[in-house]
Amino acid sequence: MNLVRRLFPHPVLTVLLTLVWLLLVNRFSLNSLLFGFLLGIIIPFITSPFWPDRPTLRNPAMMIEYTLVVLYDIVVANIVVARLILFKSNADLQPAWVCIPLDLRTPEAITVLAATITLTPGTVSADTSDHGHSLLVHCLDAPDPDAIRDEIKDRYERRLMEIFE
Amino acid sequence: MTPVYEFLIAAFLVISGVFGFVGSYGLIKLDNPMSRLHAPTKATTLGVGGVLIASILHSLMSEGHLSLHELLITLFLFLTAPITANFIAKVHIHRHETPGSLPVVGEDQDWATLATEPTAKAE
Repeated sequence: MNLVRRLFPHPVLTVLLTLVWLLLVNRFSLNSLLFGFLLGIIIPFITSPFWPDRPTLRNPAMMIEYTLVVLYDIVVANIVVARLILFKSNADLQPAWVCIPLDLRTPEAITVLAATITLTPGTVSADTSDHGHSLLVHCLDAPDPDAIRDEIKDRYERRLMEIFE
Repeated sequence: MTPVYEFLIAAFLVISGVFGFVGSYGLIKLDNPMSRLHAPTKATTLGVGGVLIASILHSLMSEGHLSLHELLITLFLFLTAPITANFIAKVHIHRHETPGSLPVVGEDQDWATLATEPTAKAE
């Protein structure tokens, strides 16, 4: 069991790398599947010293729901920010820093949350606190910073808690 | 290829063009560095996403095979765009912000970028 663990430090990454290789080749064949799988074994094995922990992924249904929610939010937020840029003068914009206290503790989960915040236009995650217990977010237009904090916690962090912790 | 699909592909191309343009315009129009950072996030999400969907539809409809190459571009963009934005934000914090100009940290002592000396790790 220990040997299997050392040979496959990140099983999910192995599957993901195989898929990425198949997409790169852009045509399915047994050759590319085997070569992709070989890469999927070698790369996680070589890089495992950089990533010693193994995050636990629970609740795959929630992962799909999370992806859909984020994609929907990206579209909506794009339109909102485009309107802000085109129709609101710089003087009317109220940019603000928002501090988001984190309940998440897994580094991988915090990374996903920070990336999500940056990808949804209108918010950029800038920094974490020195022990990783809060996240510094910059908002393009935040008349009510508390509402943005509550929305991020309720929409994204609550779902990530169910996936990772 | 039926006209319906041509319209659909054209619509996706126009949408991505519009968002790419608004993103570039925002980069010029907004007046402080942190606000400017918000404009390009639009170009990388909907701007590029529209072109990629149009490309998938085009290869499916006119060449008759499913090409999913484009999903990889989305994947790599989604991996790299937040890191670039984070680097720029960190440089901004180093050069223009002080602990007093940022919000209160909450249960920890400092924002990591501004913490000058390493503190003991609290569990």
